[in-house]
Amino acid sequence: MRFRGRGKRSPSPGDATPPPDRPAGPPPALVIDALGRKCPIPIIMLAERIREVPVGQIVAVLADDAAARTDVPAWCRMKSQDFVREETLQQGGWGFHIRRTY
Amino acid sequence: MTESSTAGAYFDAASTERPHPAARSALLESMDSAWADPARLYGTARRTRVLLDRARARVAAVLGVRADELSFTTSGTQAVHLAVLGGLRARRRTGRHLVVSAVEHSSVLHAAETHERDGGEVTVVGVDRAGRVDPEEFAGALRPDTALACLQSANHEVGTVQPVAEVAEACRAAGVPLFVDAAQSLGRDDVPGGWSYLAGSAHKWGGPAGVGVLVIRKGARWRSPLPDDERERRRVPGFENVPAIAAAAAALEAYRADMAADAPRISALVDRIRAEVPRIVPDVEVVGDPVRRLPHMVTFSCLYVEGEALLTELDRLGFAVSSGSSCTADTLRPSHVLEAMGVITHGNVRVSLPRGVRSADVDRFLAELPGAVARLRGATMSALETGGASGTGSTTPGTENTGETGRRSRP
Repeated sequence: MRFRGRGKRSPSPGDATPPPDRPAGPPPALVIDALGRKCPIPIIMLAERIREVPVGQIVAVLADDAAARTDVPAWCRMKSQDFVREETLQQGGWGFHIRRTY
Repeated sequence: MTESSTAGAYFDAASTERPHPAARSALLESMDSAWADPARLYGTARRTRVLLDRARARVAAVLGVRADELSFTTSGTQAVHLAVLGGLRARRRTGRHLVVSAVEHSSVLHAAETHERDGGEVTVVGVDRAGRVDPEEFAGALRPDTALACLQSANHEVGTVQPVAEVAEACRAAGVPLFVDAAQSLGRDDVPGGWSYLAGSAHKWGGPAGVGVLVIRKGARWRSPLPDDERERRRVPGFENVPAIAAAAAALEAYRADMAADAPRISALVDRIRAEVPRIVPDVEVVGDPVRRLPHMVTFSCLYVEGEALLTELDRLGFAVSSGSSCTADTLRPSHVLEAMGVITHGNVRVSLPRGVRSADVDRFLAELPGAVARLRGATMSALETGGASGTGSTTPGTENTGETGRRSRP
């Protein structure tokens, strides 16, 4: 079941994608470290900094607030940016890869 | 029907409705006349029993069910727990598989967790972007060993109405009983038939808290998951709260009559909020089905704003609203409903308009909202900038407390 009750907010690595052996796709041109930050901060950092990379390049956002797993793809959909993939970080949290489309 | 007993605008009817005046008078009256034990045989007890049975008949008539199918519980949550666990228990020999939608109320999902801990199996059926279950996908989750399926009448966070009739038909074809959590709909909207168990909650229709309804259709098998008790046809334990039940029945009749007249007006106000909010607030997404929805509810998410901060700001401006954002929900996780829909979980606001809502209050809400969102966005951005939103390299640890500082320094 996906529903988790009170007190189980810590991200549970491995319940979605297993850590890939090798990175799929091109390496990010920019890595934004939002580990330890609660949403919406990771989304704000992404929105502020995505223009630092050229169109067509990848930005990676590192975050460990579980809300980011929903919010990063949803932000990409709203803003017509390209959500490439989510990867599980070994130290906990996730890396979200986004391709700047405009 | 306009009520102005409080200064602020109450926009959280989905949590609870203001008690209906009909409930108040019925409650006071029956506190004096219906306090005896309805299980006893002397005069005052018999009169209490008559009042209880009359309340049962009145609620059953509004719901379109037989009186002997309906029991009063001590809450909507208890009705849900009894329906789910009792339905599963009665069909234990068929199997231990349970099907639920991903956007059920937490009471359903917690009951499913109990079933899982007890060795049962649970399949969760997802929803589309609007929060709606696909009847075919739901039907596809039913198996020969499925003991029970659960689907809400409408979602409590975004108002999307579920395809209960289609799912009930699929369940009937598969021989699986269906439980419908109708807590958000009863009194406002008709619930399609075809289900075996139904639950509701009186305080959502202007009755007192502490009264729920559990309907078990004739022919549906059910076994109480609790120790034996004689009350409510052995379905609900404990001494009945007859005054509150009488008040709940009076409120349901009155509320339904009010809604028959007022729901179109309320729904038009919701349409207005749905149309206006994206026009007057940048970077906002209105979520939930725009058409197949409850008349009184609208939910939207504002990018780059914390849900809790937005609720606090709106409260300061005199608006009582709710949010599914993580920091305000019961759990510290983001709303499982918004998560299942794949929509923004932060900056989330649920507006649910109560009976008799004044359109002037909606006007004022629409006038104040853009400024409230802009102020919070400004505060967050400046906190990020002054605090140094570092983290350029992948190795740089996130600077501490900038977000926190921003939160605390807000007026």
